[in-house]
Amino acid sequence: MAVTHNFRGLNEELRAIQLQMEEHARSYGLDMFTTVYEVVDAEQLSAVAAYGGFPTRYPHWRFGMEYEQLQKGYSYGLQKIYELVINNDPCYAYLLASNGITDHKLVMAHVCGHCDFFKNNAWFAHTNRHMIDEIANHGNRIRDYMDRFGVEEVETFIDACLSLEDLIDVHLPFIRRRDETKGYAFGGHKEDEDNEEEKQRELEQAAGTRFASKGYMDSFVNPKEAMAAEKKLRKEAASKKESRYPLEPQKDVLLFLLEHAQLKPWQVDVLSIIRDEAYYFAPQGQTKIMNEGWATYWHSTIMTRHGIAPSDLVCYADHCAGTLAGSRTRLNPYKLGVELYRDIEDRWNRGAFGEEYDNCDDWEAKRRWNKPTGKGREKIFEVRRVHNDLTFIDTYLTYDFCREHKLFSFGYNPENEAYEIESRQFQEVKERLLFNLTNMGRPLIYVRDANYKNRGELFLEHRFGGVELQSNYAQDTLAALFKLWKRPVHIETNLENETVVMSFDGKEHTSETHVSMAAT
Amino acid sequence: MVMKIDRDVGRFKQIVKGKIRQNLRKYITHGEMIGRKGKDLVSIPLPQLDVPHFKYGKNGRGGVGQGDGEVGQQVAPGENDPNGTGKAGGDPGEHVLEVDVTLDELAAILGDELKLPRIEPKGKANVIDDKVKYTSVRKSGPESLRHFRRTYTQALKRQLTEGTYVPNNPRVVPIKDDRRYRSWEAVPEPVANAVIIYMMDVSGSMTDEQKEVVRTEAFWIDTWLKSQYTGLERRYIIHDAAAKEVDEHTFYHTRESGGTRISSAYKVCKELLDKQFNAAEWNIYVFQFSDGDNWGDDNRRSLEMLTNDILPKTNQFCYGQVESPYGSGEYLKVLEDIYGREHEKLVLSNIEDRDGIYESIKTFLGKGR
Repeated sequence: MAVTHNFRGLNEELRAIQLQMEEHARSYGLDMFTTVYEVVDAEQLSAVAAYGGFPTRYPHWRFGMEYEQLQKGYSYGLQKIYELVINNDPCYAYLLASNGITDHKLVMAHVCGHCDFFKNNAWFAHTNRHMIDEIANHGNRIRDYMDRFGVEEVETFIDACLSLEDLIDVHLPFIRRRDETKGYAFGGHKEDEDNEEEKQRELEQAAGTRFASKGYMDSFVNPKEAMAAEKKLRKEAASKKESRYPLEPQKDVLLFLLEHAQLKPWQVDVLSIIRDEAYYFAPQGQTKIMNEGWATYWHSTIMTRHGIAPSDLVCYADHCAGTLAGSRTRLNPYKLGVELYRDIEDRWNRGAFGEEYDNCDDWEAKRRWNKPTGKGREKIFEVRRVHNDLTFIDTYLTYDFCREHKLFSFGYNPENEAYEIESRQFQEVKERLLFNLTNMGRPLIYVRDANYKNRGELFLEHRFGGVELQSNYAQDTLAALFKLWKRPVHIETNLENETVVMSFDGKEHTSETHVSMAAT
Repeated sequence: MVMKIDRDVGRFKQIVKGKIRQNLRKYITHGEMIGRKGKDLVSIPLPQLDVPHFKYGKNGRGGVGQGDGEVGQQVAPGENDPNGTGKAGGDPGEHVLEVDVTLDELAAILGDELKLPRIEPKGKANVIDDKVKYTSVRKSGPESLRHFRRTYTQALKRQLTEGTYVPNNPRVVPIKDDRRYRSWEAVPEPVANAVIIYMMDVSGSMTDEQKEVVRTEAFWIDTWLKSQYTGLERRYIIHDAAAKEVDEHTFYHTRESGGTRISSAYKVCKELLDKQFNAAEWNIYVFQFSDGDNWGDDNRRSLEMLTNDILPKTNQFCYGQVESPYGSGEYLKVLEDIYGREHEKLVLSNIEDRDGIYESIKTFLGKGR
């Protein structure tokens, strides 16, 4: 089917606004990628948004589902996407053609905030800044596989991969957890020699630690029994280590599957595409509150100080109120983010931080605290550089903030089959919020053993943190995992206070209560 | 404009309908969005499909909210996952109207399986249908659609830029990247003139329930045809002992009672055809709905008119009979005796009850007829 993108660029008027907004933004110290705007109609915007910002993305039904939802929401006036920015160099941003001039101004100011955030926040440092090209490439590859192997075949495989999509290690881009795979070391014998030396050293060590001593003292300083016992221990440890693969539990399950699952070449490629995109999108999930808060902070700063003509005021205020509206069951990331930035700015402006402030017991004194430092602005720039949502909330959500903004935690009450307010205690609210942000609200899953029971079965572990997995979902995820691993798969988790291993062998699901290795 | 997303939407809908990927069906949640239409709240159905992944069970869900309220106060009903997409809207106790917005969607669902049968190019072509046209070229596709000339042009271009083209020995060998395939677009194209004539029995022997059934069926056929063929002419006739042509609204809303004389409807139909719709210029489709009860002496007259005046002119004549506790249901048998079940133009269908409507529509408009 023919693909047509007749997106339009900016007309002169909008172009002038863009330049003006960017100039204001730069004057405050924002540092953005060049931004390319596309003007699109509502359907196009919904389509682009459904594709996660990339119109050339690979075909998949879930994008169609997203689109339906966005488009229906728009048609019935329930929701409206104002803007869409893509983390890329240059940044791409989409404007809704039917928006008024005030909205365009606001959106452009908002986009400046996002662009600056993408470029400067540490969590985005390792994202691919040419993702537009990369994703188009992914799209072509997957389309090609679909032509060759059939839509059904490829889509089913994609679905299986998507079930595991979130089993990545978001910290991986920042930490070298292991040596790069060496590939083939042609002609380099030196490496082997190094290895030989290392092995020799290991062998010596395995024999036990021998302390230097004079000959007649040797049997006392290094008693035979102790040496033998140590040797035995080391040997056991070594064999235990070798008997398990991977040596350490590995969080990047997708990478593990890529390297070790018995997949066809095209499947490996599809899986690597899913993984690449998961890593690309992960920082956006990790910084939703900060990113939206930052953009909101800047659009409101720029707009209220420079942007709005008196005639635009009502329109601007209406839009702002809409964006910042709260809900009882969902914290509005725009609202929470911008309020936190403002709170930080205010506190650092009046020096309300540090040991002296924290140790002050007098509420009244704290409230009136004023040791002007004027460091607020500088501080929030620093915050936007180094934090993600989790550390942001952990570091800057204070008791006073929580009370002032009437935050509460809620949870499911099985007795009433409803979600109820659980607490207004600062500690509990914060804990709940942090829990929801940890690992983006998903359980922590590791590959523990790829040769479980010495039968090539895959064993995952769920690091239990007090909350159980939804077991029907877990079963079907295991089934998806089986599709990739092709041997029985297991996950160790905790159900009703007992360690349980759920298994799937390709035919049926079993689960058995299991004495965990840690417990023995 | 054909958007790429349309394909994904289509694929998703097929999954929701259960045509493909049966294994995913259990993950479909029939969510809804709550919209407002005037004073009323309306529910906009929004099926969602969740790919299974490791996630926390219910005891882990929940979150942080903002606003007033005592500890223990309910913030959301249980079945809605507050982090999900279903937006809890409106205050509790408010009445929510169902659907009212999905006619187009339902028509589209029907559309995949139905087709206006035996349509012929006649007249000055008001009816517009989608035709597939091969208008462009893309880089992937089935080998049967490979565009040889474009493939070789591409290969030639590549070899020229690579410098591997030798003018004295012009061998052009395409590699995979050079391949070009024909690609298509759906182009709306006028195909024919067509008129649909609906006839409905509103006589006393039809109970409200039966009228409802035939109305529903007529309504769906009508809705589907409207959505599929632009420029279609539609005419409505209702009859008891006497018949008259009415407008669409009246057709669906009239309640009358009286005797039944099918021939009266045929007469109006015949006049309509004679005056306005010349069979040489129009594709003519007639749908007749009745409980099959006719005044005894009228059958002969009716059949005469049908055979002589109506059937020869139509592309297809559909007779749908709803089962009735009072009526004899005789007319269907009479038609069957004379024309048989497999008549080229006359299609018969017996509608047992509401659940039979869909099957009946398929009988009338099913593909492959």
